[in-house]
Amino acid sequence: MTYVTHADLGGRLGLGPVVPERDEPLFHAPWEARALALTLAMGATGSWNIDQSRAAREQQPGYLGMSYYEVWTGGLERLMADRGLVTAADLAAGRAVDPAKPVARVLTADIVPAVLARGGPTERQSSAPARFAVGDRVRTATMPEPKGHTRLPRYVQGKTGTVTHLHGVHVFADANATGAGEAPEWLYTVRFDGPELFGAEADPASSVSVDAWDSYLSPA
Amino acid sequence: MSDHDHHDHHHHDHHHDHDHDHDHSELSAMDARVRALETILVEKGYVDPAALDVLIETYETKVGPHNGARVVAKSWIDPAYRARLLADATAAVAELGYAGRQGEHLVAVENTADTHNMVVCTLCSCYPWPVLGLPPVWYKSAPYRAKAVRDPRGVLADFGVTLSAGKAIKVWDSTAEIRYLVVPERPAGTEGWDEARLADLVTRDSMIGTGLPRAPGAAA
Repeated sequence: MTYVTHADLGGRLGLGPVVPERDEPLFHAPWEARALALTLAMGATGSWNIDQSRAAREQQPGYLGMSYYEVWTGGLERLMADRGLVTAADLAAGRAVDPAKPVARVLTADIVPAVLARGGPTERQSSAPARFAVGDRVRTATMPEPKGHTRLPRYVQGKTGTVTHLHGVHVFADANATGAGEAPEWLYTVRFDGPELFGAEADPASSVSVDAWDSYLSPA
Repeated sequence: MSDHDHHDHHHHDHHHDHDHDHDHSELSAMDARVRALETILVEKGYVDPAALDVLIETYETKVGPHNGARVVAKSWIDPAYRARLLADATAAVAELGYAGRQGEHLVAVENTADTHNMVVCTLCSCYPWPVLGLPPVWYKSAPYRAKAVRDPRGVLADFGVTLSAGKAIKVWDSTAEIRYLVVPERPAGTEGWDEARLADLVTRDSMIGTGLPRAPGAAA
């Protein structure tokens, strides 16, 4: 079955201008702050990884019409439902009616600063030398029928660019999102000229860089 | 709330604008939905309500763009610090006590007389939390994510910013776990200013690349 993401928006036309909000508040309603905190606290239980949470968010059919904290809330509900941590009966009742399932950890108030300070580094020990060096020309893969979550946006697929940075070996999001393990790979920054991505209408003095894992790239 | 209600809710949301002009009933619906979720998760013992409060307080009071402004201001007056920041931003930012979640692997990119940098996450909302806090709504919005890579000069126009015609624009799409901080150019007329005074000129948007620092006469 083809995987459908609604979040791959780079380069899409017809979405209108960017509308910044003057003196924007951090949260637009109290529930947004609670949704943020619930998402972070449940993430800290270790019941899923960050790539699985991105996958859960981006597959929601109503994505484009939702505010971002609605996206997060929907993603959180889906992650918990998929694991039986919250059931349809719980949600229908608005309280816990089915028994809890064990989670690996619970984030308590006293350890919040330490947990946030540690974060979730994704760099891993490298076991093989990098395939590409700074200055190498590379071509990105195409994924006409994606089988799962990926971090190679469509606008940059099948394009030729130049490696500008090596970042070491990092958890490979596409693999990690399936729950099959981290499968770490070399991570590069690849720079593309604007016209390579968007044709003659693009500003020739602009470039776009993406961070790309080794699997996405072949020598150009 | 049943699964069926969920889908209806998402479908309903699709007809709303994706900024935050939600009507009262939708706000109430989200408020009720998140309250119910919190009740269930607390009753099941997955989350500690006190930890939720600490998480919210952290991003309301401790972690925000004032952190990044301090980093930038220091880089303007301390050439050795600037060199460390551009070589290894994670370590240089940690010198000032900022680290952790969504800033585990930081890269600083400097604006110069001939280059302007702009940061986006076309796939979701990746943003350097330890230095900038939580992203504004426009950063997570579909228009910004679509347009920043295709027409960065047009995005700047949406923000009322015009660059000199010859200036190249480098866009950084945060597709992996590398997070980008723009180091804007130091405004003219600030010779002899100390770090704290300079930090007041550094806006959040100038560290994303959709704005420029305040002019000295316009300091808050």
